[in-house]
Amino acid sequence: MNLFRLFKQSRSAPVARQRLLILLEYERSAVIQTDLIAVLREEISAVVGRYFDADPNTVKVKEVRGATGLTVAINVMIPNRAYATAIARHPSGEGISSPVYQ
Amino acid sequence: MGKVVVVTSGKGGVGKTASTAALGAALARGGHKVVVVDFDVGLRNLDLAMGAERRVVFDLINVLQGTAKLTQALVRDKRLETLYLLPASQTRDKDALTEDGVARVIGELRERFDWVFCDSPAGIERGATLAMRFADEAVIVVNPEISSVRDADRIVGLVDSKPLKAETGEGVNKHLLITRFVPARAARGHMLRIKDVLEILSIPLLGVIPESEEVLRASNVGAPITVCDRDGAASRAYVDAACRLNGEFVAMTIPSDNKSLLSRLLGWRAA
Repeated sequence: MNLFRLFKQSRSAPVARQRLLILLEYERSAVIQTDLIAVLREEISAVVGRYFDADPNTVKVKEVRGATGLTVAINVMIPNRAYATAIARHPSGEGISSPVYQ
Repeated sequence: MGKVVVVTSGKGGVGKTASTAALGAALARGGHKVVVVDFDVGLRNLDLAMGAERRVVFDLINVLQGTAKLTQALVRDKRLETLYLLPASQTRDKDALTEDGVARVIGELRERFDWVFCDSPAGIERGATLAMRFADEAVIVVNPEISSVRDADRIVGLVDSKPLKAETGEGVNKHLLITRFVPARAARGHMLRIKDVLEILSIPLLGVIPESEEVLRASNVGAPITVCDRDGAASRAYVDAACRLNGEFVAMTIPSDNKSLLSRLLGWRAA
């Protein structure tokens, strides 16, 4: 009888592990996102905006905490149309003001 | 200058208070001067874990407000002469905890003791952030269970941002203490394995405390488990964890399920 029970009960810990991995990936990027990361995202959006007429929301900044440190993944998606107009307007990059940082 | 260690978890009931008492007493047994400070204002329990509830006269809030001196509020342990308790207030409002006041008291304790353990209240509110504010080290207590791991993950985020040492860029050393581990359940796939918890939280492991009746017994009699039950598996695991906190190298032993396959098949199962 116990032999059957041993195999019949499905293991629940792997389910818990999987749920945690999915949940924490979301929570680490959404809940724990610091103000600093928000500022970084704003600045990158502004720089991208100087080159391309793209929606500022095309810049995605995601932080993933690991054993050795924080990985900040910056993902910029330029739509085909914005890329084409930018190239047509400034083929050599001339006429684009360089950013000035203090 | 003593070291300040915050014992925190986010979730309640995972064993913060018992762990604070056990680690503090283990270091005091080794001759260190240790004070355990209860930050759970309004719901103090560390006095019970230390068996000092009837000897509390003044508390942390009295010291913060200047109505008592630190030396008047410190309660010396009955069994270990280098172990002291600074109790929380049971009645007063937790708004009485101010950052300046806590800074002053922790500063004074640092000068008198080798180790200052701050037992954090559950949650992520002001009491919990103040408990970790002046910490050098953080012990994050977690049960191998889904909600505890999730809350521990939030606490890791706080430990990375709220303490003074996080703001200055120095950082607080984090240590993971897994409590209430039941090897038989993990072996059967009904409890998260140590490996899973470590992989998810990615913090260095300080120790694994097996689920034990002795922990409840210690709480019943009001003595840290490392004092009243020196030979039990849980007690020894706490002593090892305390040594690691002190920078000593102690090989990590993960409690294992010692039952033979035959006895398991026959249904002699502990959990």
